[in-house]
Amino acid sequence: MKISEQWLREWVSPALDSAELAHQITMAGLEVDAIEPVSAEFSGVIVAEIISAQPHPDADKLRVCQVNTGDETVQVVCGAPNARAGLKAPLARVGAKLPGDFKIKRAKLRGVESQGMLCAEQELGLSEESAGLMELAHEAPVGTDLRDYLDLDDKVIDISITPNRADCLGVIGVAREVALLNSLEVNAPNLAPVAPSIEDTLAISVEAADGCPRYVGRIIRNIDVSRPSPSWLQEKLRRCGIRCIDAVVDVTNYLLLELGQPMHAFDLAKLQGGIVVRPAAPGESLALLDGQTVDVQPGTLLIADQSGPLALAGIMGGKASAVSETTTDIFLESAFFAPNLLAGRARSYGLHTESSHRFERGVDFQLQVAAMERATQLLLEIVGGEAGPVREVVSRADLPSRPDVELRAARIEKVLGFRLATDEVERILRGLGLEVSAGAEGWTCRIPSWRFDIAIEVDLLEELARVYGYNQLPVRHIHADLQMRARPETDLSIRYLRRHLGARGFREAITYSFVDPELQRLFDPELVPVALKNPISAEMAVMRTSLLPGLVSAVVHNVNRQQSRVRLFETGLRFAPGRDALQQVPTLAMVCAGERFAESWSTSAEAVDLFDLKGDLESLLALTRMPSDCAFEAAERAALHPGQTARITRKGQAVGYIGALHPTAGARLGLGMPLYLCEIDLAVLLEGARPEFREISRFPEVRRDLAVVVDKTVPARQLMDAVRAASGTYLTDLRLFDVYTGKGIDPKRKSLALGLTFRDHSRTLDEEVVNLAMGQVVDLLEKNYNAELRN
Amino acid sequence: MENLEPLANEAKAAIAAAADSAALEQLRVDYLGKKGQLTGLLKGLGKLSAEERPKAGALINVVKQELQDLIGVRKAELAGAAVEEKLARETLDVTLPGRGQSTGGVHPVTRTIERMEDFFTDIGFDVVEGPEIEDDYHNFEALNIPAHHPARAMHDTFYVDEHTVLRTHTSPVQVRVMESREPPLRIICPGRVYRCDSDLTHSPMFHQVEGLLIDEHSSFADLKGLIEDFLRVFFERELAVRFRPSYFPFTEPSAEVDIQCVNCSGKGCRVCSQTGWIEVMGCGMVHPRVFEFSGIDTEKYAGFAFGMGVERLAMLRYGVNDLRLFFDNDLRFLEQF
Repeated sequence: MKISEQWLREWVSPALDSAELAHQITMAGLEVDAIEPVSAEFSGVIVAEIISAQPHPDADKLRVCQVNTGDETVQVVCGAPNARAGLKAPLARVGAKLPGDFKIKRAKLRGVESQGMLCAEQELGLSEESAGLMELAHEAPVGTDLRDYLDLDDKVIDISITPNRADCLGVIGVAREVALLNSLEVNAPNLAPVAPSIEDTLAISVEAADGCPRYVGRIIRNIDVSRPSPSWLQEKLRRCGIRCIDAVVDVTNYLLLELGQPMHAFDLAKLQGGIVVRPAAPGESLALLDGQTVDVQPGTLLIADQSGPLALAGIMGGKASAVSETTTDIFLESAFFAPNLLAGRARSYGLHTESSHRFERGVDFQLQVAAMERATQLLLEIVGGEAGPVREVVSRADLPSRPDVELRAARIEKVLGFRLATDEVERILRGLGLEVSAGAEGWTCRIPSWRFDIAIEVDLLEELARVYGYNQLPVRHIHADLQMRARPETDLSIRYLRRHLGARGFREAITYSFVDPELQRLFDPELVPVALKNPISAEMAVMRTSLLPGLVSAVVHNVNRQQSRVRLFETGLRFAPGRDALQQVPTLAMVCAGERFAESWSTSAEAVDLFDLKGDLESLLALTRMPSDCAFEAAERAALHPGQTARITRKGQAVGYIGALHPTAGARLGLGMPLYLCEIDLAVLLEGARPEFREISRFPEVRRDLAVVVDKTVPARQLMDAVRAASGTYLTDLRLFDVYTGKGIDPKRKSLALGLTFRDHSRTLDEEVVNLAMGQVVDLLEKNYNAELRN
Repeated sequence: MENLEPLANEAKAAIAAAADSAALEQLRVDYLGKKGQLTGLLKGLGKLSAEERPKAGALINVVKQELQDLIGVRKAELAGAAVEEKLARETLDVTLPGRGQSTGGVHPVTRTIERMEDFFTDIGFDVVEGPEIEDDYHNFEALNIPAHHPARAMHDTFYVDEHTVLRTHTSPVQVRVMESREPPLRIICPGRVYRCDSDLTHSPMFHQVEGLLIDEHSSFADLKGLIEDFLRVFFERELAVRFRPSYFPFTEPSAEVDIQCVNCSGKGCRVCSQTGWIEVMGCGMVHPRVFEFSGIDTEKYAGFAFGMGVERLAMLRYGVNDLRLFFDNDLRFLEQF
């Protein structure tokens, strides 16, 4: 909320400069975002009156004005369309300095002498844009320095008010805080009743007292809407960021800013019958002040008359009943709408108004009559007219209840960590407007009507801490009863895994959890991803079912930036829509593309292939000490190369896959090089086995090599499993040390070379035992795999 | 016997000149072998008289010993030279770079979270994680943010459906812990969070680390102490910390925490918008309503919670000047960490 410092100081003015004041309220919880001067620096500008404005002899758009400066008449050439006789406008005299260090000199414009410059608001840094000369009020005293006249040596304090402090959404609330912090009194303006001069009243019927516990209305007749608001009022509104409309609307806005009471003025002539406050009936609609017409949702609280809706209560008025240039009689509304019933209502219409902002958070429910009197007083001063009596409809049972709150001294110490002196506690609470009575264990507090955030003891503790000063409160190191926690040795740390991948050349990436649905479909066409109702963009509209779309995009990003070697991994959740419920599965994904090794004198430039990535993955599986729990089997998957993809299973359960990106998918992503990727459930990698010692044999090992030719379609893994099973109990190691296809081998066949290592714990194995085992292996391979022994 | 001396001289010269171990071996055979010349002389001793024989024999043996020694010395010389030569041949340019993989590493966000985890686990906190697609109850309701509460507007929530959101903070993890464990509790909850906001200083996804401590004797003073300690160890320097009253529905009293600007040490600069202070986190005493939702005795227990944006702290720590860099995954950025 923007607030004029001068305005605040009319209410309470501590001996602090602007910066000190801003710091003080910031540290009390009213965070000051900015302090800005209300105008740019300028000098030598006065209030002047245009006596005559004649067309320039040599320029269509210029006018030659005779301008009264108070002590003389000067000639000024001006191009503004609104330069006219009788207008009072700012004049920068010869010698004046305007914002941007712009000095005004005597000049000739198209041959005509000009002694100074008539100014627009923009030229004085008072607004961002302006259409013509700044029009000053008729009563503005000619010759007065404009800075003095408009009281421009003021600053705008922009305070970010937290939702709990609705009481500070008006000058009055900030003033109360400042007064308490500086032990000063607030100088409230005159809120005395204005005696009615006419008898006219309008019937008010509140049919929804729960939503509108208090409704105050008054008729004012014979006003002159053509009379603008005085400059002091206009200036205050402008500084607080409110546009001036006409005097009636300006006054209601003034009360909104000053007391925090939103008000509304209806054109009495447009009202048919009395005011009815009621919930909307089905099918009603209303054309609002902002020009849009809304279908009113049933349940919305309306201000209506006999003909239908007039306003969305507490949110926005209707266009038809608004005050206009032809208005002579008005009906002024000052109501209290219940926050809980108004909450979220404006938003459901896509609206957020100064009024709804305040009512949703809580307006002082005892303020309505006083605000009405203050507004009447101002209106009568500005636009004249005669006020009728104030009519008030109130349902006390529906007004917010303010039960007394108990504060225990012991609780202050427990929660804030120190003992606050009794008189200090009472000084602060009373300063906040609470009625405090001391008891045996603490105090009983009566809460003022403007505080919607004090209902329980801890609310009072916060007030004490805040006003006393958070930074004056003690500081202590935490102390705890420490107990050693279980750290299962079989739980592997994800950190270990990340470091391991780092050591193998992988960089960790973090990609968005929401991805482009198109890209996702490429990888998981059969899954319907979780879609966001309000995505930030179409490219970030669904929750990833796989980490790969994001990671592959990161590869593309890097390849497009001249990286020829990319290895990335990511860990995070993937959101897999399941049959019963959504699964949020911790997952690891890895991708690699480009050269196998970083360019070096010692290595040749080879491209990576599937087995580089598989090796990296297997090294992770090895960390678990249970790599043999996992198996790889040929599989197919969307976006992956049909001949270079494996499903990863663990104890028969699919836990991931590894493969090459399908060249068509690669082309679609604009990737010109092969890319290998894998994705696996993180749980597989984070559960390990505890080491268990096995006796080391003192006897030598025997190694036998075997080369067999089998059909290409025989998976190596299957063959090796068979060899392992057939070779008896002494086999300690089995290696596949060569795979050969080509010259000398049937094109449909391949040669596999295996190294078998045998060893026993209790003796040196003799030839016969080993030969027997080898014989069994060869028999099996010949019989089951159509293998030929190769010499 | 008159040939002994010339023979000895000839042999000595030949040994000295032998170019390799094979030549040396040949010389040994030629002079000292069974059919060697010196052996021949020994064999010829029989022709001498009995008086001459021992003397002549001794002379020949002296020469023989001498030649054997010389051969041994020369052999060692040649072996040494061969090693030298081999070593010379094997000399490498040791300034060439080593062979092997380039190293990778962790993302700066992970690096930052891991540091934070270490500070807190060292003093008895557990690290807990939870779901990112969260129900309304855990993300809002149980944290004292009922429907239509103005504070919801502060959150810019992504909705999946009416009752399901992308968590806007990691506080729902704390709720889940409070529901399932008994105090005392000391936990921190790192992870991804989501807000429907994207510009230069806001990312629709970012990371938070939130903490919660509940026991029977903690107060606002302990909270202040913990936060001050944390910020000093995180930035590895003494820095001014201030607590500013603020509002969060789930804590009371609530505070925002500012640190003296780490860029200008509080003098005022662009990083701190000339204020000398930078807002780094929010915290407060757990609101009794939150305890009530989770069935924790508000009279017996007190607790506090705090939360911070990881990217923000990483930016301050490492001088990163653009939030979006964290999610571009550009190797030129990642390689700096």
